[in-house]
Amino acid sequence: MDHIAQGIDLVVQDVTVAYNNGHVALHDASFSLNPGTICALVGVNGSGKSTLFKAIMGFVRPVRGTVRIAGDPVKAAHKKNWVAYVPQSEDVDWSFPVSVWDVVLMGRYGYMNFLRIPGAQDKRLAMESLERVKMTEFKDRQIGELSGGQKKRVFLARALAQQGRIILLDEPFTGVDFKTEGAIIALLRELRDDGHIILVSTHNLGTVPEFCDQVVMINRTVLAFGPTETTFTEENLALAFGGALRHLRLDHTDVPGAERNELVVLTDDEGALVVGAGGRLERRKARNDDQKAGSEP
Amino acid sequence: MIEYLLSPFHYDLMLKAMFVSAMIGGVCACLSCFVTLKGWSLMGDALSHAVVPGVSLAYMLGLPFALGAFVSGILAALCMGFIKSRTRIREDAVIGIVFTTFFAAGVLMISLYPSNIKLNTIVFGNILGIAAGDIWQMLIISSVTMLVVALKWRDLLLHSFDPNQARAIGLNVGVLHVTLLTLLAATAVAALQAVGACLVVAMLVTPGATAYLLTDRFGRMMIIAMVMGVLTSLIGAYVSFFVNASTGGCIVVLQTAVFLTALMLAPKHGVIASWLKGRASVTALMTGVPGEPVPSGAVMR
Repeated sequence: MDHIAQGIDLVVQDVTVAYNNGHVALHDASFSLNPGTICALVGVNGSGKSTLFKAIMGFVRPVRGTVRIAGDPVKAAHKKNWVAYVPQSEDVDWSFPVSVWDVVLMGRYGYMNFLRIPGAQDKRLAMESLERVKMTEFKDRQIGELSGGQKKRVFLARALAQQGRIILLDEPFTGVDFKTEGAIIALLRELRDDGHIILVSTHNLGTVPEFCDQVVMINRTVLAFGPTETTFTEENLALAFGGALRHLRLDHTDVPGAERNELVVLTDDEGALVVGAGGRLERRKARNDDQKAGSEP
Repeated sequence: MIEYLLSPFHYDLMLKAMFVSAMIGGVCACLSCFVTLKGWSLMGDALSHAVVPGVSLAYMLGLPFALGAFVSGILAALCMGFIKSRTRIREDAVIGIVFTTFFAAGVLMISLYPSNIKLNTIVFGNILGIAAGDIWQMLIISSVTMLVVALKWRDLLLHSFDPNQARAIGLNVGVLHVTLLTLLAATAVAALQAVGACLVVAMLVTPGATAYLLTDRFGRMMIIAMVMGVLTSLIGAYVSFFVNASTGGCIVVLQTAVFLTALMLAPKHGVIASWLKGRASVTALMTGVPGEPVPSGAVMR
C-alpha cells in the first residue's frame, strides 16, 4: 500500500493536557486539517502552542480528548513515519558532532533495519531531499558551521527524507533572513501541493496571510479556527493576544485600489501583520519584486 | 634496562591488572562519548557513588557484586527521576542529594558491619587484589555493554542529539534512556574495582571530552576516545608498578594530561587555535582586508 497517494487527515478533538504539577496547559482544543493545507498555529508564549505540538507528537498524553492521524492514534502514526518535525533552532545542540548528511539520514531511521544501516533507497532519498533544499554542497559540513537559514533547510530536508505526511514546524523563521524565508515558504507551498499537512507554529504574524491557508488561534484552548481570510482578523488577534501585541494605526496604505487609507500594524516579536481598511489582509506582494531586483546586478 | 622495563610482565598479577584496566578503560571511554554529548557527567558521578551500598550489601550477603551494584544504581536513578518530576528542586541539587545519601549509606554499612571488603577498596579501587570471579563479572559487563553499543549506537546517538525526532519516528525513547542508564551503572560497577568510586567519573567523562575537542564527527570521536581510554589505562597500570602508586590515580592523571594537551593544541577547538583565529580576524578588520560581506538579513524589510 502506498501512503503517498492517499491523503491523511489530522483530527484534534477536545484535547485537554495537564502536567504533573497540576497546571492545565490546554483544554478542550479541537480542530481538524485535511490533506494539502498550510496551517498556522498562533498564540502568545505560554498559550499552549508547544503543548499542542507535543500532543500531536505523542509526547504528552491528553487527560481527555484524542489526536487522530488518518483515524489512527498518534503512536501508530509514528510507527508509519507519518509525522515529521522541524525543531526550533534553540532546541538543537549545534555543536553536536554530526554532519548535514548524518542529520538528513536520521530522517530515514524509522525505515531502516535493526542496525540502522542506510540502504540504497535511504541514501537516494536523503540525497534528493538535500537537492530539494539546495544544500547538497554542504553535505559534509558539521551542522554548527551553517548559517541560520541553512540550518533550517537541513532539518527540512530531514523531514522530506522521512516522507512525513504531516510536517510540524516550530518557529521556522527565527534567525532566518528575508530571502531564505521566501525560499522556505516556496518549499512549503510545494509540499502542500503534494498533499502534505503543514502545521507552523509562529510569532511572525506578517507571514501568516502570505502563505497559510488556515489558522488555529490558541490561548489555553482553540479560540478560533478556519481559513486565514476569515479567521485571521483583528478581532480574533485581539482575543488571542490581548494586550500582548504592539498595535499601530497608520493613515496610509501601499496597496493600490484600496478605498480607504487606514492601516493597522499588529506585531508580536517578528514580522508585523498589516491590516487594511475593513479588515482586509495586506499581503506582502513586494516579496517577489524585491527578490527580482536583488538578483539583478 | 630492558629487563627492568619488562619486569611488570613477569608478574601474573600485573598482566591481569593491565588487561582489566585496558578493558575497563575502553568500555568507559566508549560510553564517555554519550555521557559528554548528553550532558550526563554529573549523572555518571552520581551513579558511580550510588552503587556503593549495593556492592557492600552484596559482599555481606555473598551475592555477585554486580547484582547489588546494579540494583542500587537503578534505585538511585529512579529516586532522582521521582524527586525531579514531583518537586521544584533543580536537577543538580537532586543528584547531589541522592548520590551522597546512597554513598553515605554504603560507607555506614561497611563501617558498621566489617566484612571481607574494605572501604578503601570500594572508594579507591584495588586492581591488584582483584579476584578471578570479579574479573569474570567485569568481562561479562564489558562484553554486553560493547555489544549493545555496537548494535544500537545510531539509536543512542539520535536519542542524544534529538530525542523529539527519535520519538517522532516511533523509537522507544524510554527504553533507550533506561538502556543508556543501565549501561552506565553497569560500567561504573566494573570500573569500581579498577579505579574506585571516586575516580570512575573521570574515566566516564575525560576520554569523550578530549575526543570532542579533536573532531566534529561522532564515529571518529568514538574511536579517538576508545584508543585514548585503552592506552591511558594500560600505561597507567604499567607505570603504577614502577612508582608503586595507586593504579586509578596513575590512569586518571594520565588521562588528564592527554586532555590538557588536546585542550591547548586541538587543531580547531583548541585554546591556541581559537586564539590564533581571533587574532587573524582582528588583523583582517584592522588592515581593511575585505572580509565577509554584510549579511543580507541585516537589510530592513
